[in-house]
Amino acid sequence: MDFLETLLNGLSLGGTYAIIALGYTMVYGIAKMLNFAHGDIIMVGSYIIWFTFLRLDCHPSISIALAIICCVILGIVIERLAYRPLRGAPSLAVLITAIGVSSLLQGLPAILDTISKSSNNSALKEKLSGILNPLPIQDMVHTNKLVLFGVEFPISISALVTILITVATMIALTVFIKKSKTGKAMVAVSENRDAALLMGIHINKIIVVTFAIGSALAGVAATLMLTKGTPASPSFGALPGIVAFSAAVIGGIGSIPGAALGGFLIGILETFCNANSALSPYRNAIVFSVLIIILLFKPSGILGNPRREKV
Amino acid sequence: MAETLLEVNNLAVSYGVIRALKGISFHVDKGEIVSLIGANGAGKTTTLQTITGLLRPVSGNVIFKGNDLTHVPAHKIVSMGLGHVPEGRKIFQGLSVYDNLLLGAYTRKSKAEIEENMELVFRLFPRLLERKKQLAGTLSGGEQQMLAIGRALLSNPEMIVLDEPSMGLSPLLVTEVFEIIKTLQNEGKTVLLVEQNAKKAMSIADRVYVLETGMITMEGPASELINNENIKKAYLGE
Ligand SMILES: Nc1ncnc2c1ncn2[C@@H]1O[C@H](COP(=O)(O)OP(=O)(O)O)[C@@H](O)[C@H]1O
Ligand SMILES: [Mg+2]
Repeated sequence: MDFLETLLNGLSLGGTYAIIALGYTMVYGIAKMLNFAHGDIIMVGSYIIWFTFLRLDCHPSISIALAIICCVILGIVIERLAYRPLRGAPSLAVLITAIGVSSLLQGLPAILDTISKSSNNSALKEKLSGILNPLPIQDMVHTNKLVLFGVEFPISISALVTILITVATMIALTVFIKKSKTGKAMVAVSENRDAALLMGIHINKIIVVTFAIGSALAGVAATLMLTKGTPASPSFGALPGIVAFSAAVIGGIGSIPGAALGGFLIGILETFCNANSALSPYRNAIVFSVLIIILLFKPSGILGNPRREKV
Repeated sequence: MAETLLEVNNLAVSYGVIRALKGISFHVDKGEIVSLIGANGAGKTTTLQTITGLLRPVSGNVIFKGNDLTHVPAHKIVSMGLGHVPEGRKIFQGLSVYDNLLLGAYTRKSKAEIEENMELVFRLFPRLLERKKQLAGTLSGGEQQMLAIGRALLSNPEMIVLDEPSMGLSPLLVTEVFEIIKTLQNEGKTVLLVEQNAKKAMSIADRVYVLETGMITMEGPASELINNENIKKAYLGE
């Protein structure tokens, strides 16, 4: 495969990782917790898109909007029910709860499946099996190469759109945090909660906003992953979630440009491994080895802030 | 009879089994500078953090302008007119000087009022105006202290509580900071000043309370306590 094409595909895969990593890094930076369920919010988003688009024949933009809205609501509900009661609890308790929420979400399709199998109501049965057996959404996959002024570029339209969305999201988030009052309050909460309280900042409100943004990004990530032809499934978000979390750590967790950098880096690395048939079975091993090596030399990540660890 | 702005009644605060405050009472009248002095670990920071809602008392209460603060959420206290300059400054290092000041005005709605307070702060601390766009983390210790005071002023407080503003500053800067606190009084602010630097604190205070291991052991006008033999020995190093 041509080098430039592989690189561009890597950027596109990396863009998806970057969007997921942004979700992890925002929540980690401000709520100071690892939202283990982030990948599974993406999974729920993927089911919503597949069901509304292929089964209910919604316009893709409606499907995507619905998925983003549902992810936001889900993220807020999870924060409210599972994480907020543990504010101030040891971080291990919070982590275990987050893992629990993740397993619960991954188990939802299985629960629906059981209901469908044991139900006598055939209409319900049909509805549920309609949700539970997702197909790849071919109509959203644009593998055609981009053609401009009669010139064919070595990048598919899907890949290009992914890269553009990633860059636009990163810029929008950065501007929001740097310029808006809420964004500055987010920085304050992430640096020092007591001092933020003394400014009159309502910490819980800021954390809810953070979860809402992170979960909206999960909806975007679900869309981008579906455009690559992956069908929805209970484990849809699990592995990409872990890879993207690693991307956030490599880039420096808590840092927005760091998440993007880490995402692109891992995406490119993985795509080059995939392009080489000898390396491709080992791509995850290679990606995670690089993660370990980078962290050995820079424990706070490439763009991470070592000052903050000092406290 | 002066109007009482802040009243602390039988305040007791614990960290788990450690009882940091064992039932202290004091008050601050409108327009006063009251200083709470005491050695390291006496409970000064605990007192201020309980007043502004960061800690909750085991018993006792805090009355500010007639309202019991004990059950008011911490983030609502600043808009009642009580500004807190915390120990160790706690400015937001990753934000610019200007953004730190703006966050001080987080609960204020009136643009004109924010503008006015911004001008006051830049008048008191011209160096902050020079460094307006700089990241707060790059300021010197003295400048950070000024930023912390300025940030509290942006909330337009009636009363301002300061936790060891002289900590870690050179003698010259200490003098400057205490002069500023005196100026705050002239600007109409009421001040509760917590200090280990008893000599300096007493030189600008109207009244003084002495805190020892969670209890108030002495109180009186600064002009009297400064000549007290026990105080001289224990706190003024004479
Ligand atoms: N977070 C905490 N956990 C346990 N004990 C504390 C904590 N903070 C302060 N203390 C204890 O409470 C007492 C009063 O502390 P503090 O209010 O910080 O004193 P000061 O400000 O006068 O130096 C000290 O004995 C201190 O060790
Ligand atoms: Mg202290």
